[in-house]
Amino acid sequence: MVANVGRLRRHLTPFNIIAGLILAVGLVLTVLRFGFGLGAVTNLDDANPWGLWIGFDILCGVALAAGGFTIATTVHIFRVKRFEAIVRPAVLTGFLGYLFVTVGLLFDLGRPWRVVNPIIGHVGPSSVMFEVGWCVFLYLLVLFLEFSPAALEWLGWKRVRGWAVKLTIVLSVAGMVLSTLHQSSLGSLFLLTPGRLHPLWYSPYVPVFFFVSAIAAGLAMVIFEGWLTHRFFPDKIAHDAASRAHFDSLTLGLGKAAAVVLFAYFGVKVLGVAGDNHWALLASPWGMWFLVELIGFVALPCALFTWGYRNQSVKAVRIAAVLTVLGIVLNRLNVSVIAFGWSAADPYVPSWMEIGTSIAIVTTGVVIFRWIVQRMPILTPHPDYPRH
Amino acid sequence: MTISRRSLLKGAGLTGGASLLLGPSRVASAFTAPAAPDAYGVLVDLSVCEGCHACEEACNEQNGLPKPEAPFDAEAPLGVKRRPGGSTFTVVSTYPDPAHRGEVVNVKTQCMHCLEPTCASACPVGAFTRTPEGAVVYDETICMGCRYCVAACPFGVPHYEFESAFSPRVQKCVLCLSRIREDGLVPACVDACPAEATTFGKRADLIKLARRKLLDPDEGYVDHIYGEREAGGTSWLYISKVPFEALGFPMNLEMQPYINLTKGAVKAVPLVLVLGPAFLMGMNALAKRIEEGEPAPVPVAAHHDAKNGGSGHGR
Ligand code: SF4
Ligand code: SF4
Repeated sequence: MVANVGRLRRHLTPFNIIAGLILAVGLVLTVLRFGFGLGAVTNLDDANPWGLWIGFDILCGVALAAGGFTIATTVHIFRVKRFEAIVRPAVLTGFLGYLFVTVGLLFDLGRPWRVVNPIIGHVGPSSVMFEVGWCVFLYLLVLFLEFSPAALEWLGWKRVRGWAVKLTIVLSVAGMVLSTLHQSSLGSLFLLTPGRLHPLWYSPYVPVFFFVSAIAAGLAMVIFEGWLTHRFFPDKIAHDAASRAHFDSLTLGLGKAAAVVLFAYFGVKVLGVAGDNHWALLASPWGMWFLVELIGFVALPCALFTWGYRNQSVKAVRIAAVLTVLGIVLNRLNVSVIAFGWSAADPYVPSWMEIGTSIAIVTTGVVIFRWIVQRMPILTPHPDYPRH
Repeated sequence: MTISRRSLLKGAGLTGGASLLLGPSRVASAFTAPAAPDAYGVLVDLSVCEGCHACEEACNEQNGLPKPEAPFDAEAPLGVKRRPGGSTFTVVSTYPDPAHRGEVVNVKTQCMHCLEPTCASACPVGAFTRTPEGAVVYDETICMGCRYCVAACPFGVPHYEFESAFSPRVQKCVLCLSRIREDGLVPACVDACPAEATTFGKRADLIKLARRKLLDPDEGYVDHIYGEREAGGTSWLYISKVPFEALGFPMNLEMQPYINLTKGAVKAVPLVLVLGPAFLMGMNALAKRIEEGEPAPVPVAAHHDAKNGGSGHGR
C-alpha cells in the first residue's frame, strides 16, 4: 500500500490521505475536549469514572511500549548481542509509546495543566498513582536519552552523541528498574478496588500479572512491528539472503522468548484463580469471558509461539504476536473498564468521540514513527557508526 | 459551644458500662485504625428515618449547591440506589421492607468519612485529608482530576464535575466541618432531621449508644453496626431493623483499611530501587565475563585459590 513512500508520490499517498482525515477529526475533538470539558466528549460518569482513555491510551500504551526496556535489557545488560539490530526500533517505539501515553493522560485528566503536581511537591505519600506518575515521568526522560543517539547521528552532532552513547548501560539499568516498578504498579492501582473489579480479575497478584504480561506484550510488539517495518520500509533494510535469514532468526528467537513469558503469565493467572479459590466463578458468563481472554489470547498464542519456533515458522510467530497484542489490549480493558464495571447498573460504552480521539493519538504516533524512521538511523546503522 | 438540642448525644455517661457489657473480644475487634479518640461521627438509625428528604434540602442550602431537577420532597424511586451528586452531597434512597409488605426503609447516604479514607490513599497529590474532627476534606487547588478517588471509594461517594471544562472538582460531603469547628454546630443535615434519625457525637460514644440499642431484644435491630469495621471503620455509622443487604449497602467490603491492600506494593518500591540496579549491574558483569571467555565467578569457598591465580575478577 505505502510501499514506495518518499520520492515521487510524496503527498497524496493513501496513507497520507487517511492519516490526514483522522488527524483533522482528531483536531476538532481536541478543541471540543479542552474547550468544553470531559463531559462534552466522553460517556464517563461517577459510576464509570475511567473509560477508554485510561484503559486503552494509558494502560495498553504503557504495556505495548514495554519492548523498549525488554530489548534494551536483553542486549545491553544481558549482552545478547544478536538482538542489537532491533534495539533502536524497540526504543523508538517505547519512546513514542510513552510520549503518547502522556498525551492520552493530558486528554484524560480533568485539569491537565496540573499533571506536574505530583512531581513538583504535591505528595500523595501512600498513593500507588503517585509512584506511577514519578516512574513514568523519569522513564520518559530515560527513553528520550536512549533514543537520542539516533537523532544526534542524524543531526551530525558527533560529540554529544558520544556522551549519549556512554550512558547506554546506566540508562538500560534505569529503564529496567523504572519499568519493573511502574508496569507492576499500574496493576497495583487496582489492588485498591476489590469490590469493583470482578473477582476473577482482582487478585493480590495483579501487579505481577501486569509486569509479566507487559514483557510478553513488549516482545510481541517488537515482532509485530518488525514485520510491519519490513513490509512498509523496504528501502530501509538490506535484502540479501543473509540479512533475511538473520531477521527471521531474530523473529523466531523473540517468539521463543514470548512463548516462555506467556507460559509464565498463564501460570500466574491460574495461580490467581486458585489462590482465591474462584474456580466456581468460571462457570458464570463473566467466567466465560475470563476464559476467552485466558485461553484465546494467552494459552493459544503461547502454543502458537512454541509451534512456530519448533517448526521454524515465522508466519506462526507473527500471528501469535498479533494475538498476544490483542490479548493484552483485552486484558487491560477488562481490568480498567469492562470487568471493572461489571456491577455497574449502567455499563459504560465509549462515545465515538472517545474512540476517535484514541485513534487520532495512535495515528499521530504512527506518523511521527514513520517520519523518524525515514530520516534517522533506526532500522539500519548510520554509515559513520557501523555496529560491531 | 452551642449544640443542637435535639441531636447531640450526651454520651459521657455511657462510657464505662459498655465495654464491660460487650466483653473484651468485641471491643478489641472494634476497629484497627488509630482514630483520633475525639473524632466526631453520626449514628443513623434507619428504623427512624421517615424519608422526608429534609436533610437533602438542608445540605443543598448549607453548601450553596445548585437546585436539583426533582424537588426535594419528591419520592425516591423504590429500590433504586441513588448516588450523591453535585446538587446533593447527601441523598435518601427508598427500599421496600422485605419482611413487611407495603412498608419501606429510607437510607440516607453521604460520604462516610472513613477513618482511613480510601480516597486519600488513592490520591496521587494528597488532595484529601482527614481532620482531627473526623471530616475527610478535599483541596481543589491541587487536584489534577485523575478520578482515582472516584474509582476507588468503596462506598461510591465522590462526584466529579465532568461537565466543567476549566475547573472540574471532586465534590462530596465535608461533614459541615466549618459548622463543627467554627460555630460549634452539628452538620446541617443532622440539624434538619425532624425524626431525629441522626445523632451527632463522638464516634466512640456513638458506638456505645448503638451497641446499647442493639442489645435490647425487644427492638429487633440487626446485630451489625454498619461502619464500625467496614473499610477499617467510618465516622458515619448505621443501625437497622432490616438487613443491610436489602438496603443497597455494599456488603463485599474489606474489614480493614483499604490502604492495607496496597501497602506491600508501595513498600516494595524502595527495595526495587536499591536492589534492582545492583542486581542488573551484577548480571551485566557476569554476562561480560562469560562473553570474554573468562570463567564464571568463583564460588566463595574456592575464592582464595582463584585469587592466587590472578583470574576471575576485574571488570
Ligand atoms: S466514603 Fe469514600 S469519599 Fe468518603 S472518606 Fe470514605 S473513601 Fe473517601
Ligand atoms: S481526582 Fe483529584 S482528588 Fe481525586 S484522586 Fe485524582 S487528584 Fe486526587
